[in-house]
Amino acid sequence: MKKLYSSVLRTFKGGVHPPDEKRHTADIAIQDFMDPKGDMVFPMLQHLGAPCRPVVKKGDFVLRDQVIGEPDGLGALVYSSVSGTVKDVKPMPHPNGSKVMSVVIENDRQYTTMEKDIQPCSYKELSAEQILDRIRRAGIVGMGGAGFPTHIKLSPPPDKKIDHIILNASECEPYLTSDYRVMLEDSWRVVNGLRIVLSLFPGAKGYIAIESNKPDAFQALQPYIEDENDIELVGLKTKYPQGGEKQLIHAVTHREVPSGGLPADIGCIVINVDTSVAISRAITQARPLQRRIVTVTGDCVKNPGNYRVRIGTSFREVLEAAGGVTKEPAKIICGGPMMGMALSSLDVPVIKTSSCLLVFSDSKAYLPEESACIRCGKCIQACPMHLQPYELNQLVLRRDWDGFIKWHGPECIECGSCSYICPAKRHLTQTCKLGRQVVAAMRKQAAKGGKSHG
Amino acid sequence: MAKEGILSASTSPHQRAAHSTASIMRDVIFAMIPILIFSVLYFGWRVLLITGLSVASAVLSEWIWQKLTKQKVTISDWSAVVTGMLLAFNLPASVPWWMPIIGSAFAIIIVKQIFGGIGQNFMNPALAARCFLLVAWSSAMVTFQVDGVTVATPLAYLQSGEESMVPSYLGCFLGVIPGCLGETSKLLILLGGLYLIWRKVISFVIPLSYIGTVFVLSYVLGGDGLYQILTGGLMLGAFFMATDYTTSPMNAKGQCIMGIGCGILTVLIRFYGGYPEGVSFSILLMNICVPLIDRFTMPRVFGTEKSSFFKKKEEKQS
Repeated sequence: MKKLYSSVLRTFKGGVHPPDEKRHTADIAIQDFMDPKGDMVFPMLQHLGAPCRPVVKKGDFVLRDQVIGEPDGLGALVYSSVSGTVKDVKPMPHPNGSKVMSVVIENDRQYTTMEKDIQPCSYKELSAEQILDRIRRAGIVGMGGAGFPTHIKLSPPPDKKIDHIILNASECEPYLTSDYRVMLEDSWRVVNGLRIVLSLFPGAKGYIAIESNKPDAFQALQPYIEDENDIELVGLKTKYPQGGEKQLIHAVTHREVPSGGLPADIGCIVINVDTSVAISRAITQARPLQRRIVTVTGDCVKNPGNYRVRIGTSFREVLEAAGGVTKEPAKIICGGPMMGMALSSLDVPVIKTSSCLLVFSDSKAYLPEESACIRCGKCIQACPMHLQPYELNQLVLRRDWDGFIKWHGPECIECGSCSYICPAKRHLTQTCKLGRQVVAAMRKQAAKGGKSHG
Repeated sequence: MAKEGILSASTSPHQRAAHSTASIMRDVIFAMIPILIFSVLYFGWRVLLITGLSVASAVLSEWIWQKLTKQKVTISDWSAVVTGMLLAFNLPASVPWWMPIIGSAFAIIIVKQIFGGIGQNFMNPALAARCFLLVAWSSAMVTFQVDGVTVATPLAYLQSGEESMVPSYLGCFLGVIPGCLGETSKLLILLGGLYLIWRKVISFVIPLSYIGTVFVLSYVLGGDGLYQILTGGLMLGAFFMATDYTTSPMNAKGQCIMGIGCGILTVLIRFYGGYPEGVSFSILLMNICVPLIDRFTMPRVFGTEKSSFFKKKEEKQS
């Protein structure tokens, strides 16, 4: 039996304990929903960075696994997950609330696959360059939510020595169980993806970091790492936001990502469970990223569960696949309840970073009324970045952007812990987000205008 | 409330904890009810009259002030009820009936509302009102009666050197001693305090550091530490007054400084001051230091250099 990295559960300072609500979907096997009937929409923005450039035009016939968008700057390739005719290339509603240039494909439901020029093989037969190239060509991005292009994350500058590869298996957001189910059902690929990444960084150690509320996942992964000397299991306390990149790194390594820096600056790379599976598939099956696991849950959903869906499928169809709704939905969220985006319509597509579809009725979506801050300090204790949320809230309400910077407002990771815990129901995270956006815009403006404004 | 078919698109987080300002205040009231019941049994029905008038005056003052100044009425957050009860707990049962009325009105209007209402006052309203009453009508405030007979409190006996008159440890712990109507039963105050800690309404830091400082410092100065913590308003002050959110520091380090500061001041007043009881004044004095304490105990922001807040300020000045 392989021992845990440490018998003591590791964690970070701060955080909250929202009810995890995972029981609705945790024990149901992933179901396939791979034959969508409606049009497929592929936004050119499914990652962090600049939108891709569409490389197909209206009327083109495309095959499954065909490239339809190429990155312009920071980004990742976008593939079609079906075969069919391009109906249109135009801005379409995106889960982020805006309209984004998208390729709309009428699905012929034949799923004719494009001929590959690479063959499935073991990662041991490939050089590091070949592995990175396959990951880039598979269009893989961080599937935990942020969507940072994986091939760039795995190519840190040569002066950064990477010694920790951390597989983020904490899944701390309430309701979400997609990573948990993947670990149970696809354990080999999860570990294999980590092995592939480890092969890129000789001398680095792999860590699989799992929250203590997922003992089954521990057991499922254990047989696959039994003989690996360079992979350890790390038990984490169940606490939100344990899966936040900076919090996770701190819990595992006791290192702090410096302000404005990247994990690579302190020798760490963090990858998500589903990303690891995608990496494994890109190498050993030579398949690009064109499907993902989505948790469909919430008090309105008839058959909550995890569904394997093609990227580009509309959320309306995904919800129908889960039996539709039993009550009138009042709020529909793409992602978890702490950091997810509320959708204004179900007619937006599943993208590479969509982990969850959460459908809340009126009683769950109810927004409590704000009242005056009572200085209880609960937000300070909850903030995983050790900020002063009550003060940042006042600074933003007063439009004091200099003060916001001085009080480290831009360090906020928008995890939602402060708003969650606030007994006065103040919109702390919300104002912090606003402050960060204003400051980012101001800095952009200053960079553009040179010193004339500064 | 969402209309049929219209989705709410507010920004995250979409989930809030179950507690609220009102639920926290109600928890404080629950913690005080056993103390009130004991007080009625020990001091008589007049306790209910004093407490009732104090609470009614606090709530009514808040309502009238907010109506007059055209603000949103916030009496439903129960904070005025807490203030009224705490003030009553700091009065002798024998005070004239109009004193809790004036005291609560002072607490709510002068100490709380004029500075901006809940969360904005710089002193504990109930304690400030108590000190106001103490200065204005001192004889009524220091006359303690049990069964209609005027007696001195244990601390007063200690100060005047009549140590043979002081009650036993057990009597002090159970609360069968003269004193303000809510401060005598240490047992029930302790239970109420533990309830608040268990409900995560307060943290243990201030009560522990406050009571611990008094205990240790009393022995250091040649007194009886155990007796000091079992008498007077220390327990009530440490669990229910010094832990007031608005007038206490927000993180553990600052709370510890506050508790130790309160403890030192209390012992100094009790041992060397002209007044047998020092809890109210020491908490009020520490209340005033809270903004300063908060500033100096600010935690280091994750991923930044230590106390960069001050460093940046210095750079700006130089």
